[in-house]
Amino acid sequence: MLLTVDTVTKTYPGGRPVLRGASITLDRGQSLALTGESGSGKSTLLNLTGALDGFDSGEIILDGVALSRLDDAGRAALRRDRVALVFQQFNLIPALTVAQNLSFQARLAGRLDADWLKEITARLGLGDLTERYPEQLSGGQQQRVAIGRAMAGRPKLLLADEPTGNLDETAAGTVLDLMLDLVRDSGTALLLVTHSQAIAARLDRRAHLTGGRVAA
Amino acid sequence: MIGAALLALGSHWRRHPVQLVTLLLGVALATGLWSAVQAINGEARASYAQAANQIGAGGLDRLRRADGAAMGLEQYLALRRTGWQVAAVLEGEMRLGLRAVAVTGIDLLAYPDLPAIAESAAAAEIAPVEALTAPGRLFAAPALALTLQGEPGLPPVAATNALPPDTVLTDIGTAEALLNRPGQISHLLVLPKQPLVRTPLAEIAPDLIRQPASGAQDIARLTDSFHLNLTAFGLLSFVVGLFIVHGAVGLAFEQRRGLIRTLRALGLPLRLLTRLLLAELCLLALMGGAAGLVLGYLVAAALLPDVAATLRGLYGAPVSGALELRPVWLLSGLGMAVAGTLLASAQALWRLARMPILAAPGQRAWGSGRLRARSQLLLALVLLLGGLAGFALSGGLIGGFVLLGAVLMAAALALPPTLSVLLTIGAARARGPVAEWLWSDMRAQLPGLSLALMALLLALAANIGVGTMVASFRLTFDGWLDQRLTSTLYVTARDDAQGAALADWLEPRADAVLPIRSVEIDRAGTPLFVYGIVDHPSYRTHWPLIARSAQDWDRVMRGEAALINEQMARREGLWPGDNVELAPGWSLPVAAVYSDYGNPTGQAIVALERLLDRYPGTPNTRFGVHLAPERAEGLADEIDATFDLPVGAVIRQETLKARSRAIFEKTFLVTGALNILTLGVAGFAILTSLLTLWTQRLPQLAPVWALGLTRARLARLELARAVALAAMTAVLALPLGLVLAWLLLAVINVAAFGWRLPMYLFPLDWLRLIGLALATGALAAALPALRLYRLPPAHLLRVFANER
Amino acid sequence: MNVRLLVFLLLWPWAALAQGFAGLGTEADGFAVPERGHSPVFPADHGPHPDFRIEWWYLTATLTGADGREYGLQWTLFRSALKPGEAPGWHSPQLWMGHAAVTTPDSHLFAERLSRGGIGQAGAHATPFRAWIDEWEMAGDMGGDMVLSAGGRDFAYHLTMRAKGPLVLHGEGGYSVKSAAGQASYYYSQPFLEVSGSLTLPEGEMPVTGQAWIDREWSSQPLAEDQSGWDWFSLVLDDGSRVMAFRLRGSSDFTSGTWIGPDGHATALPDGSIRAEPLATAPSGTGPEVPVRWRLAIPARGLDVTVDALNPRAWMGTSFAYWEGPVRVSGSHGGRGYLEMTGYGDE
Ligand SMILES: Nc1ncnc2c1ncn2[C@@H]1O[C@H](COP(=O)(O)OP(=O)(O)O)[C@@H](O)[C@H]1O
Ligand SMILES: [Mg+2]
Repeated sequence: MLLTVDTVTKTYPGGRPVLRGASITLDRGQSLALTGESGSGKSTLLNLTGALDGFDSGEIILDGVALSRLDDAGRAALRRDRVALVFQQFNLIPALTVAQNLSFQARLAGRLDADWLKEITARLGLGDLTERYPEQLSGGQQQRVAIGRAMAGRPKLLLADEPTGNLDETAAGTVLDLMLDLVRDSGTALLLVTHSQAIAARLDRRAHLTGGRVAA
Repeated sequence: MIGAALLALGSHWRRHPVQLVTLLLGVALATGLWSAVQAINGEARASYAQAANQIGAGGLDRLRRADGAAMGLEQYLALRRTGWQVAAVLEGEMRLGLRAVAVTGIDLLAYPDLPAIAESAAAAEIAPVEALTAPGRLFAAPALALTLQGEPGLPPVAATNALPPDTVLTDIGTAEALLNRPGQISHLLVLPKQPLVRTPLAEIAPDLIRQPASGAQDIARLTDSFHLNLTAFGLLSFVVGLFIVHGAVGLAFEQRRGLIRTLRALGLPLRLLTRLLLAELCLLALMGGAAGLVLGYLVAAALLPDVAATLRGLYGAPVSGALELRPVWLLSGLGMAVAGTLLASAQALWRLARMPILAAPGQRAWGSGRLRARSQLLLALVLLLGGLAGFALSGGLIGGFVLLGAVLMAAALALPPTLSVLLTIGAARARGPVAEWLWSDMRAQLPGLSLALMALLLALAANIGVGTMVASFRLTFDGWLDQRLTSTLYVTARDDAQGAALADWLEPRADAVLPIRSVEIDRAGTPLFVYGIVDHPSYRTHWPLIARSAQDWDRVMRGEAALINEQMARREGLWPGDNVELAPGWSLPVAAVYSDYGNPTGQAIVALERLLDRYPGTPNTRFGVHLAPERAEGLADEIDATFDLPVGAVIRQETLKARSRAIFEKTFLVTGALNILTLGVAGFAILTSLLTLWTQRLPQLAPVWALGLTRARLARLELARAVALAAMTAVLALPLGLVLAWLLLAVINVAAFGWRLPMYLFPLDWLRLIGLALATGALAAALPALRLYRLPPAHLLRVFANER
Repeated sequence: MNVRLLVFLLLWPWAALAQGFAGLGTEADGFAVPERGHSPVFPADHGPHPDFRIEWWYLTATLTGADGREYGLQWTLFRSALKPGEAPGWHSPQLWMGHAAVTTPDSHLFAERLSRGGIGQAGAHATPFRAWIDEWEMAGDMGGDMVLSAGGRDFAYHLTMRAKGPLVLHGEGGYSVKSAAGQASYYYSQPFLEVSGSLTLPEGEMPVTGQAWIDREWSSQPLAEDQSGWDWFSLVLDDGSRVMAFRLRGSSDFTSGTWIGPDGHATALPDGSIRAEPLATAPSGTGPEVPVRWRLAIPARGLDVTVDALNPRAWMGTSFAYWEGPVRVSGSHGGRGYLEMTGYGDE
């Protein structure tokens, strides 16, 4: 089992409980679509899984590491080495070029595979846009770069939070195809948050988040 | 509608209190430092003026007999009847029991504008008929007036605060009766307004010598250099403060664009809106300005005692250490605050006035950054060329200042493009993803920080420039003191007779007694002081010559040539090899030129016999006495005991030097304090820029954090970034500061005071300053970094959240 | 208030004019007063009269330069006594004030001097005649040759003068009435001086020739309480006649003057026989707006002329300030002359 989320609870300071004992599991190479109403806590759950934030109780075990035991540095190391994240927006580092963005995480983790990066770059279909800066790219192009960057380090788990939510249909289609292809080819597990049933249907499993719990 | 609009506009400040505080603090700091310097200068000038006005009419030249004796009425009349506008003065002492009181009688009618007279008469409400006709009136400070009122046989006394404690002022007619010296005149004041046609003094009264104004004007001229420094500092601080205001106003306007559009769409006319915003700015400026005045007052009050000590000791300029509140100062401070705020907001207002109602929110094109860099460089070049042209055209003091301003502004404008180039180079050479990001990110951050960095650049350059100038001055002056003050003791006799006795008496007791004799020659309106000296090795070995010729001393001593001071050499373009006309019909070749700091007038040195050939009546009252230093004190005491000399007539070289040096330490203290303050303002500018950039900063940082950098590391990097930018700015500020120092020493000083100071470099000071700059950057970035370090992850995550 | 101002509050009667004559100096305060029936006696009365409060030696000249331009020149010595009589040296109560001016069509240069009597810095003698303050001097024979000199920071002049006609007594044999209430002064003139000399101006030396007119007047109480100022004309007409005319402004105007024939025959012009009417005003430089164009009519003499200031900016910004400058005459008669105006404010 690559990922086990076990009865996790989370309440933001000053707010009502968002997660009230959510649980999911994910095998290596498997893909899972997480759906739910807006505000149901999908992003929260994803962020906790990605070691971006701490939770109140329960446990998340990722690739054998219990996240509740990690301090700030440990969480950062985990994000760097084992997971990759793609959000709906602002994934890229504005100050770096597309090429620099693409290799950033892989180099940070010390796992740069030049051939693989070249292949990914080619598959992104960006041509000579790689020397540009993110804000010079369209939204769809930016998301493609974000996916490329995520996959460049061959992460064990890709966490994607409505990566096509801000895109029109065609762009969304291209981005999704690219992501699913890359995930398949590199044997990466995928946890994808979406509110689109069509997208969810293309993944191995789905889970629905409601009332702070996951219904399979 | 206006009310609603005001409410809407004002709500911005309520939602962004940090911005409001930044803006107010910016205005306050700018106004504060500026007005502190103004207060110090104002206090000093007021003190000079008061000192000059106390009876002595220090700003006026005097005519007196060379032998020191009183002159008669006929001499006064002869001068008056040939066009000389002079006022007769009779001075003497009146004994009241054991106490001696100085009596000054002035022809009240000849110079009623003399402030002491005008103030006294006005305060005491004395009618002219009472002051001018028997028995007359005496004016005195209140305490003395009380004493005098008890004395029988004196004219009525009027009390006034315009006079020093031990002096009685009265009409000359009353004074001659009081002192029992009918028809006598001690000296004549040469009044400011003289007629076009006037007989030369030598023809009417050859036995009279003209003494240049002592006091006010000399002091003012000597201290001008010091005040110039302070003013330069104040102005720079002001500009640095305005950078803060500019940043804060720009941001506030930027953030209110939407609101302003809405208001205009709702029908609020643009003109009314602009006026409302102007009114808002003025109000903020007044609030900040008021706070700045308080700040300025505190700073001035803290610094003034040191400044006063400096001026008192260095130039004998009487400055009281206590600060007075002057209405002019308050008003001009508030005026500067408003003007400065409006100036700093001009760009924002202008943009606003030209903003179309319906334009989409501005999407910044990537290319505009480079375009802007290029136009900034171009503007800097134009400014620099303009400054050079201005200097070439007008030259002198104004030209120097134009050039100075142009250089500073050009450098400030060129800073961001230069830094951008440096950062690009850095990014290209960076190894590793984090380093690459760091460099690139710095460059991306540059536009937001460039104003603050410009402020830092100016502050640092000013510090280096003024610091170098003051330190060069100290070093030069120190060396010059050693060279010029070679005698162990300096003695001044009351008159020639006493001088002769003194010289005879000293001869067997000292290694050498060198007469110091001079005449003043009126040379086409400008006075020239010619000194006659006797040959002595101390001159040859120590005299500070800055331009020499072969056998210069030999030729001077043989009477074949003259030495002239630097002021005269520069003013008239006379250098060794040229001929100088000392007086009509008296020309000598220039043998050498010597430096003569702090002296506004021309000076020449010739062999004593030569001087006496021409001016046999040259007074012989001053002597330089050479002897072993350890015997100086004993001999000084002996002189005091043997001769009836006025206070301060015997001066020891050591005391003189020690006093001068102590004073420079004070100057340093003041300069140092202002250094720290300007740097502080620049640091604050950086801090506020970083704080205002904060919201734009998160989208830059959040992805990096998400990719696996801890907040602690990011915070450290933030610090490093600020320090690196400060360091680069500091390194760039160094040459700028040296240029500034050179301009101050070689251009402005020469134009203003006529002498050029050699420039000395103080690399240790630069290191200290660069260290200070780094500390400034680090301190400014500390708060934002700490904030980042403590930022809950949930906040960072909001960057990615859909609801944004 | 500075002493200078105080001094001049006492320098009666000008201050009195400035104050609207606030009771100061209406009384003679121990000073002598002019008496009807007494006439000046020469040469003795060319000298000073220390028992009278106020006195002046007043010369104006209309000149033409070698460059063809018109110039005007003023030389005045005022005496004002703080107390009647004399005392030796610095204790003299006699204050002396000199005013000198040169007016060109586009500039007006003036200077002022102040002194006390007793020490010899300023004063006047009857025989030989001499009036002076500092290096300024008017000396010679009132009926023959004279010299005149003065100067300031930006100008100087030196003239020689020759009398071409007799002295003229104004009013009743030199007793000149100044108000309906009877205030009066002793007043005579030498209006027939031919002059030549040179002016030193900022632009350089300028040789000049022309006509000068000396006024001598002394009194102790010359104005009535309601009188606020005067307009005084001295004109040299092309036919050789001279006209002295003044208007004292008060609750009702008081006019007086003298018609002087080319031969020096003088006829007094009684109150009401002169009409002086301002036609236009102009800024006077540092002073207030003043009338610079006048209509002056003496119907009994067939005179109806327009009088124009050569330079409206002839304001004498001295301690006691007033307007004094050369004028041109046109209309029934042509000529040149001088105009003095006081009491228009800013004194
Ligand atoms: N950083 C945060 N701080 C406070 N409350 C938050 C934060 N992020 C999300 N929430 C709240 O938690 C709930 C779940 O949000 P989220 O996980 O973003 O839902 P979803 O992604 O399913 O739309 C919402 O009510 C939201 O307002
Ligand atoms: Mg979400």
